[in-house]
Amino acid sequence: MTNTATPTVAIDVRNLEKSFHLHTQGDVALTVLRGLDFRVMAGECVVLSGPSGAGKSTLLRCLYGNYLAQDGQIFVRHDGVMVDIASAHHRTILDVRRRTLGYVSQFLRVVPRVPTLDVVADPLIHSGVALDEARAKAADLLSRLAVPERLWNVAPQTFSGGEQQRVNIARGFALEYPILLLDEPTSALDPENRQRVAGLIEDAKKRGAAVVGIFHDHDFGSMVGTRWFNVQPVTKAAA
Amino acid sequence: MNAISKLAAHDAPLLTVRGLAKYFGNRAACRNVSFDLWPGEVLAIVGESGAGKTTLLRSLCGDKAPDEGKVLFTRRDGSICDVYGIPEPERRILTRTDWGIIHQNPRDGLRYGVSAGANVGERLMAVGARNYAEIRKSAASWLDRLEIDVARMDELPFTFSGGMQQRLQIARNLVTQPRLVFMDEPTGGLDVSVQAKLLDLLRSLVSELGLAAILVTHDLAVARLLADRLMVMRGGEAVELGLTDQVLDDPQHPYTQLLVSSVLQI
Repeated sequence: MTNTATPTVAIDVRNLEKSFHLHTQGDVALTVLRGLDFRVMAGECVVLSGPSGAGKSTLLRCLYGNYLAQDGQIFVRHDGVMVDIASAHHRTILDVRRRTLGYVSQFLRVVPRVPTLDVVADPLIHSGVALDEARAKAADLLSRLAVPERLWNVAPQTFSGGEQQRVNIARGFALEYPILLLDEPTSALDPENRQRVAGLIEDAKKRGAAVVGIFHDHDFGSMVGTRWFNVQPVTKAAA
Repeated sequence: MNAISKLAAHDAPLLTVRGLAKYFGNRAACRNVSFDLWPGEVLAIVGESGAGKTTLLRSLCGDKAPDEGKVLFTRRDGSICDVYGIPEPERRILTRTDWGIIHQNPRDGLRYGVSAGANVGERLMAVGARNYAEIRKSAASWLDRLEIDVARMDELPFTFSGGMQQRLQIARNLVTQPRLVFMDEPTGGLDVSVQAKLLDLLRSLVSELGLAAILVTHDLAVARLLADRLMVMRGGEAVELGLTDQVLDDPQHPYTQLLVSSVLQI
């Protein structure tokens, strides 16, 4: 396959509805997303905006298959084919996550005893990259994000918030995923480190990755984003 | 022909469970349980005590025949066997070669009258290994892999700590290179630091060896760390089944919501 002039659709969400039925809290039903259509092309970075509680993170989690959609389709391009995350078999979702969809959350989930270098190399090793090569790539990313080398062989449990966040970003960018979902990955970073992350996002765009991000810092969003997508809160009347 | 059956074996579930039920008197300890498990997949079964987790596991692993339902297993050659339809000796061979069973208490899974090395080596002899030097070498390599000092391989298991005994039980079960491992609260009686070490070992072994596993635990953090999928049991029935992170982050069933919201944050 060669690159043609028409951009490739990487994500195509149609008529998405997501609500939460809170059985243990007075049987409340909360509709967060309704009738949402959303498209992302390869090579662009779409920044999600909207007030707190509008459903930005919910949308991102639905894209990853972490939240179950009530209605609609969530197509992502996987191996050249559009796969509907909302209805796919669990093995397909796991395969899509392993090779196509990268997700960087706000917080690093640390596993006891696993050193930083291996935390970052893990997605590569999982996808069949040789151990040495995976560790070299991990080291490269950690240096790029200015995580001191003396910390690489230590488990990140005791690291500062910003250090953990950079380890998390390095892990999320270790594999060159065609689609990257970023949920406030820079919230604990100083401007210098944010700049480093912006560089990684730029590189991802250049290689044709589709990026969807939530950044609480408006300037950062303007810097890395190709366009904004406003997530509208579902109004009470509509809900 | 061979290629086709290989392909089928890869695409077919390793274990197929349909309508499984086990009664104690009139009371159903578990009922109406159906699911498929694929090669290399880890399924965690969670739920409060008395939910039927262990009974289900024992009915799955050939230990206690269910009263209703079927357990089908796909062998290495792609043929499918009905676990409770085959003769007892055949089932015993299956459970000692293609399967591993790791009990919560190492006392239920180890032989205390023979050395640590023999606990591992005798599993190889049971599948036909006869070269003593080879068996010893293999046992030593598995002890080492589970971080047990090889110099202690001739000691009896009761001289080992609880965590070491649990790792020895795992070595004994993995030496025959099974494709499916059943684990009942494998980190249950261990203190937290030993638990972390064991979980880390299990996590890397499962991914290195491409093991499929069914893991019973009441610890949601253990499930999140090890399992691809989660089955939530209550009152003997599976009330929810899905990807681990999906079930924990977006639980659908009232009981799962209660279970997830009851976990203390540390």
